Amino acid sequence: MSTPADTLLVVPEPVSPDLARTLDLGGFAWKAGAADEPHDADSSFAGAIVDASVHPDAAWSFLRAVRRGDDVPIPVLLLIGGGQLDQLEHRDELFDDFCLTPFHPAELEARLRHLLASEIEVHRADLVEYGELTLNLETYQAHIGGRPLDMTYMEYELLKFLAQNPGKVFTREILLSRVWGYEYYGGARTVDVHVRRLRAKLGEEHAGLIQTVRSVGYRFGQSRWDP
Amino acid sequence: MLEPHRDYVLRSVEERGVRLIRLWFTDVLGNLKSLAISPAELDNALSDGMTFDGSSIDGFSRVQEADVLAIPDPDTFELLPWGDPKAPEARVFCDIHNLDGSPFAGDPRQVLQRHVQAAHDAGFTFYVAPDVEFFYFEPPQPGMPPVPIDNGGFFDLTTNDVTGDLRKQTIRTLETMGIPVEYSFHEDAPGQQEIDLRHTDALTMADSVMTFRVAVREVAARNGVHATFMPKPLEGVQGSGMHVHLSLFRGDENAFFDEEDAYRLSPVAKSFMAGLLRHAAEITAVTNQTVNSYKRLVPGFEAPVHLSWARNNRSGLIRVPIAKRGNPLATRVEYRSPDPACNPYLAFSLLLAAGMRGVVEGYELPDEADANLFEIDDTVLEKLGVGQLPQSLADALAVMERSTLVQEALGEHIFEWFLRNKRIEWRSYKTHVSAFEYGRYLMAL
Repeated sequence: MSTPADTLLVVPEPVSPDLARTLDLGGFAWKAGAADEPHDADSSFAGAIVDASVHPDAAWSFLRAVRRGDDVPIPVLLLIGGGQLDQLEHRDELFDDFCLTPFHPAELEARLRHLLASEIEVHRADLVEYGELTLNLETYQAHIGGRPLDMTYMEYELLKFLAQNPGKVFTREILLSRVWGYEYYGGARTVDVHVRRLRAKLGEEHAGLIQTVRSVGYRFGQSRWDP
Repeated sequence: MLEPHRDYVLRSVEERGVRLIRLWFTDVLGNLKSLAISPAELDNALSDGMTFDGSSIDGFSRVQEADVLAIPDPDTFELLPWGDPKAPEARVFCDIHNLDGSPFAGDPRQVLQRHVQAAHDAGFTFYVAPDVEFFYFEPPQPGMPPVPIDNGGFFDLTTNDVTGDLRKQTIRTLETMGIPVEYSFHEDAPGQQEIDLRHTDALTMADSVMTFRVAVREVAARNGVHATFMPKPLEGVQGSGMHVHLSLFRGDENAFFDEEDAYRLSPVAKSFMAGLLRHAAEITAVTNQTVNSYKRLVPGFEAPVHLSWARNNRSGLIRVPIAKRGNPLATRVEYRSPDPACNPYLAFSLLLAAGMRGVVEGYELPDEADANLFEIDDTVLEKLGVGQLPQSLADALAVMERSTLVQEALGEHIFEWFLRNKRIEWRSYKTHVSAFEYGRYLMAL
């Protein structure tokens, strides 16, 4: 499933006309989903709005399933009725913010923007993403097009450094000093050897992510000056 | 040991659900040994090493001091691309230490580390790129000669290209394990293959050669084929060598390159080559360590016999390949006698030690031998001062025993054990009566 990273998941179906209109007017991309469906790809959404006012039990069990997943949890805004506030007790881990429904459109929009903004920062600290490449800095794992990449520690460190600085050209000397540290004595050829290995591991399709800049060094991804 | 390297290994094992970690190390003869541990043991192994009984390993401890420690080198941690993907396994190379933490004298990997460090102290990084040859055979039947899986020749694209597929699978496996391949092709003899690896520092390359041999055999076995690195498995066709391309770098400069020189070779390159030539006979027992190795080193099969060098003459021991587009970084020397059944740690150690002896003592390089030496009479060559490689394992051992260079380079423990072990191999070969003798003598005498 290819969901653009800025799309919100709205649960359950059908989405109330008020909510749909608020999201559309606020310029949010969104997609409706059923509460009882498995959402394996949930983490590819930017966030979720879960309405617990109609079928609270289904909503809570959906949220538990989302938070049990292995991936970094997506931010969740909960909609509940005024008479349901007691249900929030001991369920703090299942949502990030809530809004009483019927809601005021401006309030919902403000809460949503605040939630997504703060989550994006937290998100960015642990994940480096470029196109189909994802590096999780906390777990040291990397994926390309959904496939895990098996690397040695130094290969991982080199890829991480490059992916954190896309579009910039680095000389071998700079890469050597930033990634290996000055005490390493292998010489700049070490960089070439590791780049060659990384390209092989990225696979033919993605090998071009690391580009050789003739008589200078290497660049990750597209240059800002390229058409 | 650096914390993040360790952390990386521990987290990867956890995240990827690795079930078994294979601790790899190498015995004196170059056989790969493996100690499997569970993920629960890994943290402990990374900090304190794993104790095991070294007396069960060829060339390791004597019985009274049996226990040694295997300490993983976290930088070599890799997932193994074969086996059950649902229960992944990983490998990590280990250094062997005594229980008091000192390096264990019988560990070939640390012998190479010592030489690499010495070269570094002299300002050099040692790069190695081997061209590895091997054969694919039908699964061997006891007592029967091996049957090649095809009848292809040099660079042949055979029609029912089983070998091509095998080679492709092997290369994919090598690449996923971080072992870049430069070329691969069908060699001259039936069933014979060559895979050329891209240069890397000597220690990484020795680890890669060990991994390479496992990967080639694994991929072949999964396809019902037997791969062998035996130096001369078939009579009458060429054997399998492991030519090694060598260069020294000083930082980012190729210390072997000199633009002013007619051969584009620097004084360092020339004295390094002179060191290799002068000590070649002494190190041959290690670069060619089996009885069978010497059946490859004969005239007429592209294997070197003479202690000579040339630019484009493949009969000599050292070849200086013409660098593509005169690229200074590609200037190197190709040492052609080793075979793929050697212990790469010890072989690279001795090549570096012999070459560096030439550099340190400023050896003079003899003239290039550009004629085909196979066609010249031995007595003429002797007059020209061109010697030969040892003719048998026994000859090679006799020369090695008198070599202070080899003794110093390997250390007393390995030097002594190797000579003793290989003498036993020679003695047991000597008692063997061969088909050659029956054919020649049984009726006639």
